[in-house]
This record gives sequence, structure tokens and C-alpha cells, in this order.
Amino acid sequence: MPADELTGKPAPVSAGDLGSVPLTDRGNVPAYAEKLAWLESLEAPGSGPSDQRGRKLAKRAWASLWPKALAVIIVLAIWQVIHISGWKKDIFPGPGGTLANLGDQLKTGLLWHAIGTTLERAVIGFGLAVLIGAVVGALVSRIGPLRAAFGSLITGLQTMPSIAWFPFAIILFGINTTAILFVIVLGAAPSIANGLIAGVDYTPPILLRAGATMGLRRLSLYRHVILPASLPALVAGLRQGWAFAWRSLMAGELLVIIANQPSLGVLLSTDQDQADMQSATAIIIVILIIGMLVHTLFSMADRAIRRRWGLVGSS
Amino acid sequence: MTGVSKVFGRGSSAVHALDQVSLEVSPGEFTCLIGASGCGKSTLLALVAGLEQPTSGEVSTGEGGTGGGRGVAVMFQEPALFPWLTAAGNVEMALRARGAGKAERRQRAAELLRTVNLGDFGGKRPHELSGGMRQRVALARALAQDADVLLMDEPFGALDAMTRDLLHDEIDRVCAGRSLTVIFVTHNVQEAVRLGDRVVVMSSRPGRVIDEFAVDIERPRRIDSAPVAELAAQITDRLREEMSRDAR
Repeated sequence: MPADELTGKPAPVSAGDLGSVPLTDRGNVPAYAEKLAWLESLEAPGSGPSDQRGRKLAKRAWASLWPKALAVIIVLAIWQVIHISGWKKDIFPGPGGTLANLGDQLKTGLLWHAIGTTLERAVIGFGLAVLIGAVVGALVSRIGPLRAAFGSLITGLQTMPSIAWFPFAIILFGINTTAILFVIVLGAAPSIANGLIAGVDYTPPILLRAGATMGLRRLSLYRHVILPASLPALVAGLRQGWAFAWRSLMAGELLVIIANQPSLGVLLSTDQDQADMQSATAIIIVILIIGMLVHTLFSMADRAIRRRWGLVGSS
Repeated sequence: MTGVSKVFGRGSSAVHALDQVSLEVSPGEFTCLIGASGCGKSTLLALVAGLEQPTSGEVSTGEGGTGGGRGVAVMFQEPALFPWLTAAGNVEMALRARGAGKAERRQRAAELLRTVNLGDFGGKRPHELSGGMRQRVALARALAQDADVLLMDEPFGALDAMTRDLLHDEIDRVCAGRSLTVIFVTHNVQEAVRLGDRVVVMSSRPGRVIDEFAVDIERPRRIDSAPVAELAAQITDRLREEMSRDAR
């Protein structure tokens, strides 16, 4: 920053709105401002022109894309090699046939309908889990007796394989979507609650003190300091919760088969009945891709937060 | 504060952080507390700020009642800025805690940032600022509370000498315009003499006030001027005497 840019501006002391600074102090202000400008020109991080930034962005996109593309190519290559080797020749499909099958299915309405149903359940189930997990986490993290009572139960629920809940859920709700949603919530909510609890626990004490000296108390302290400070841990909890929700959903759709409601699980189970290996593999690829896409969204949120907080280099 | 004691822990492991400390600071006065580390300076500040309660004795901050946070602003050794907020957002948070409206918050925050010469940096996040700049945001945030009493706990301890010197000018300038009562804790004698109207010397374990020096040096002062150095030497001698008696 050029020095005249700072000194050319009305110096803060002579600004009328302050008005309370004695005249005797005016004398040393320009020198002070100059010193400051010099110091800040050393400190302030520079930013490049915009055309350079565009090229940088493309470079970064390429840098993150090529390893992934390479991974896909390697997997397809290994797959092809196994196929050529003739192992389980009659059943094991090759990548070419499977991808063609996937392409055909994407042209029909059925697969898209199934993806729609499954994603709808995922969104509703995960949404409920976020709501319940956040409320439980918020209460348990701040209220001592509740924490003593339920802290270990929440962790216990987190380690519980959600598929074990299905008999319970099916008897309770019957063969319907509610049973699936119930298990999704039980699978995902504990992770989300635990994420929030961890975030509250690791709020830096100095920030709590800073908030307290400002006069923030209880609820306002929670809202303005503790919750924002917990955000990174909460996002980690959400990411883990999503993984559990997605697994529970797939297990649920294979176990709870509802007539006339095509879902990814239903398609998969039909393929199993018809021993249609190509189609089964194609559906598995779809499930994998959806899981990865959502995971990427969480990673992006996580990175955005960390960049905002200055926890990662901005290179 | 009168006859204040603070004991941490109990029984044989109890630590007498402060022992019968009485200290009166008149409104508008800039008092520097100095002493070796572990003399209870920071404990004393925490008591005044209302972050801790005294084991015995009484702390009062004028009409505002005992320090409940409202009439007392605190600056820590670390800037303790909220990393999720911008510089302006951090200042606004203090205004928000006081119940200021949105428009007023925005305007006051910009004003205060200009006061600490950071008018152009309101949109930056703490990690994009240097250590000195962060500490200046913390100062603006403390000023935003519009408290009568400002407590500073070695706020410049982690800064280099050049930045620290600039911030001394800054503090002088900011305080001159306000009727601000300041208690400034430091272990740097020159800094205490450079800034204070009065320097209070404390002993350690248990923390006691052992001496006081009035600083009758005309402002603006320089940290390397002769009168400052002379008084600082005097105070340093007094501190040495105290520490050698401790060692015996």
C-alpha cells in the first residue's frame, strides 16, 4: 500500500466524530500513520491481478482432477484384466458391458425414478437426524446431569450397527417408509449429536472469557460464541452422520421392500432375484457415485470453514 | 478493592494467589501493575473483571457495582478474536452484547476501527491480519464496550518491540480522548513507566502490593527517553530487592 494513500486520508484523530482527542496529540499523528503504513505494507498479504487468478483456478481444478481420473482408469483397467483372465467367466461382467448396461438404464425412467425415491428418503431421513441430533447434542452438551445420563448412551448408539434395528422397526411400523426413516435417524443422529458435543467441549476457553467479559451470558454466549466455535466439529459429525444414514438407507431398502415404489434397493434386490449381474453392478456404481458426491459436498463445506478461519494455507 | 484474598485449592495444596491486597484506582487513572510472574497480577484482573470471585474481601468498580462484566472491558495477552467473524464483526459483537441496533453497530464499529488505524481492514478475518493488527482489533473491541474500566493483561507481551512501541502511542492517543480507567498488567518495567500514571509493584507468592511509584513524566513519552529509563531503573531495583529476599 503506498504511503500517501494512508496519509492523504483524514487522520483518525482529526476526524470530527471523535472530537475528544486533545490538540496536543495531533502533532505526531502523520509520522505515526506513516510508520504504520510502512509496517502494514510489510504485513498485508498481497493479492494478484484477476487474470492470473483465473489461470490459477484452472490449474488447481486440474491438479485435483487428474489423480481422481487416474484412479478411475486404474480401477477399470484392473477390472478389465480380471474379466479377460476369465475368472467366473459366465457370471462376472466386464466393465464395458456393465457401463453399457448403466447407460441403457439411465435412458429409462425407472432408474431415475428409483434414484429420486432413494434420495428423497435420504434427504428426509438425514434432515430429521440433523434436527434431532442437533437438539439432543445442544441439550446434552450444556446440561451436566443430562450429559452424565446420556453421554455414553449416545456413543453406544453410534457404535450400534443400524441393520440390527430393522426387526424392531418393521414390527413397530410395518413394511413402510417410516421404518426406513426411523433406522436412518437412529443411525445418523448420534454422530451428529456427538459432533456438536465435541465442538462445545473444544471451544477455546479464551474465547469464552472474551465473550463473558463482553457481557454475553448463557444463551447469547451459546449462540454467538459456543455454536460458531463448534462449527468445524459439527460439520465433521454431519459428514459421519451422512455416511451412517446412507448405509442405513441401503440396508433398509434391501430389507423393507415396498410394492410399486422403485428405489435403488428394490432394483438391486430384483437384480439379485433375476441373477442380472450387469445391472446389479451398474446399480452399485450409482450408489457409490451418489455417496461420493455427497461426501464431496461435506468436504467442500469443511474446507470453506477452515479457510475462513485461517486453519489452512490459502495457496 | 479492599483486603482481597484469593486462594486456589484447599488444605496443604492451597495456593495463596493474592493476600490481603488493597488497591484503589481513581477514575480516569492509568495504573500499571508490575511484578514477577506468578505474583497474582492476572488473578487480580480476573477478580476485577468478575471472571473470578474473591475468597475474601471485596472488589468494587464504582457505581457499576461489583465487576459483572458490564462496566469492565478486558484485553488479554492473546487477541482472543472470534475467528469466524471479520475484524468489524468482532467489534460489532461487543456492541451487540450491549444491545446496540444494527445500523448503530455498523457505524460505531467502522469508527472504532478507524480509531485504531484499521479503517481499511474491517472486512478482513483475524488470520489475515498480523499480530499487532489483531491486538488493535481487540483494543477496538474492548473500547466498543464503552466500559469505564479497561483491564489489560500483558496485551503486548507477544509482540515485537517495534509493533509494541507503535501500540503504546496508540494506547496513549486513545486513552487521552476518553475518561478511561485503565489497569494494565505487565512484566516489562519500561512499558509500565511509558504508559502509566502510577506503577504498582507486587510481590509474588503470596501476591501483595509492596510499593507504588507515581509517574510524573510529561506526555508524550518515549520508551527510551532519559526520565523513563531513570524511573524504570529505580523500579527494577525495587523489584530485584524483592526477588532476592524471596530467594533467601
